[in-house]
Amino acid sequence: MALKGNLRDFSITQLLNLVNLAHKSGTLIVERTNEKMWVCFRDGKLAYAQAAGEDASLATVLYKAKKLSAAQHRAIKERAGPMSDKELGLLLINASYMSQDDIIASLQSFFLQTMNRLLTWAEGLFRFESDLLPPDDKITVRINLENIIIEGARRMKELEQLQDEIPSLDIALKFADRPGANIRNVNLSVDEWQVVRYISPKNSLRQIARATNKNDLEIRRIVYALLQAGLVEFVRPTGALPPRYPAVKQSRATSAASAPPQAQSPLPASPQAQSRVLAPLQAQGRQPAPPMDKTEKKSLINRLINRIRSL
Amino acid sequence: MQTVKMVVTGPFNAGKTEFIRSISEIDVVSTERKISSDYERVKESTTVAMDFGRITVDDDLVLYLFGTPGQKRFDFMWEILSEGMLGFVVMVDSTRPETFREARSILETFRAYAPTPYVVAANKRDREDAWEVDDMRIALRLDPKVKLLSCVANDKENVKNVLLELLYSILAEMDSNGN
Repeated sequence: MALKGNLRDFSITQLLNLVNLAHKSGTLIVERTNEKMWVCFRDGKLAYAQAAGEDASLATVLYKAKKLSAAQHRAIKERAGPMSDKELGLLLINASYMSQDDIIASLQSFFLQTMNRLLTWAEGLFRFESDLLPPDDKITVRINLENIIIEGARRMKELEQLQDEIPSLDIALKFADRPGANIRNVNLSVDEWQVVRYISPKNSLRQIARATNKNDLEIRRIVYALLQAGLVEFVRPTGALPPRYPAVKQSRATSAASAPPQAQSPLPASPQAQSRVLAPLQAQGRQPAPPMDKTEKKSLINRLINRIRSL
Repeated sequence: MQTVKMVVTGPFNAGKTEFIRSISEIDVVSTERKISSDYERVKESTTVAMDFGRITVDDDLVLYLFGTPGQKRFDFMWEILSEGMLGFVVMVDSTRPETFREARSILETFRAYAPTPYVVAANKRDREDAWEVDDMRIALRLDPKVKLLSCVANDKENVKNVLLELLYSILAEMDSNGN
């Protein structure tokens, strides 16, 4: 039987809660435009996670976790050839390059980062395949879902608030026209600087997010901070189509206008009208039944049971 | 003549009208209208006031089945229909997880109107994309004690089973309350 739907209707945190409580094993596959993720579970615990088009090999995971240098990563990629993650892990441990704990911690961190990206998805088709388990050659972990669910709920709430502030990512930024304001004098984090580098009316927020490898929540968070500081302003992307936000607003307004007004509903809500609807009820069933004692009521229920059985 | 009633409730397009139609001895008195909203145009018409079915038990007793309108804008009918009910059935479409939250909300609303026994019917179990009953229980946040029953609303035996389980629950509650 299917466990599938859309995240719009059944959120990722609700799904994780379901997997957790039902101790499910299998793979959750979630897809949205140009993106796809696989998240594997074993007995209700996170075992493995990967995004489509992403290098999730152990060598790359360890490189991203700064356990391998760029040169080591390149060498492994060149020489390891068809070696599986498990074989590579054993090789690294046996050669005393790193401990098993280092490898597991790096993988856990990588899977959690993938999960954190998924937690910001408000929409996307999902399906749970209970007979699909992680690939045999991959190293799996066991991460309790409770903390991920709590973190996910927090992120969803934050994303909702940020979506109110920045409804569309198809809009661009420009530096605010404030004489005297110099961004070089402002203390920005590395992530903020990464975004600032791309600020131009030519680049939409979506493009900046892609270029800086940020998810929807992260880019909104950074842009919101820059907006709050008065350093940047929204601008329609040069040569781009009109942003989606006004269109959405307009379609909402249109649908509200085209929705049938209450007066057109087939059932008028005036008291007189309600009493007309109620009339047959009162005639047929709404008369309050006289109070019954327990034996009488039991007998009535048993008569109902016998009658329904006989139908 | 004594009359008693049970209410069949649930979200839009959960199968309430079909449920009553499957077991009623009379043609269901249905107040259906054509759907006006594109969003809800998954079926041609919907119940706007109530459905009404009947089962004659014997010369002195009749059971009425009332189906509530599923659309939220007709929810003023719910309280009226719930008055004096023996118990109620919450119908849930097993293939539409987007309605689970609403089903939960309807259940809580009816519990607030009258703390009578109830069962939840997971309808459309014959569909390939139906969710597992155990998964639905978690998604609907149902207590393990609440009966969540598999159902295909146009199958009379299924409908009988749901009503019988509700009646058993009513008996059990009478025994546990000692009244």
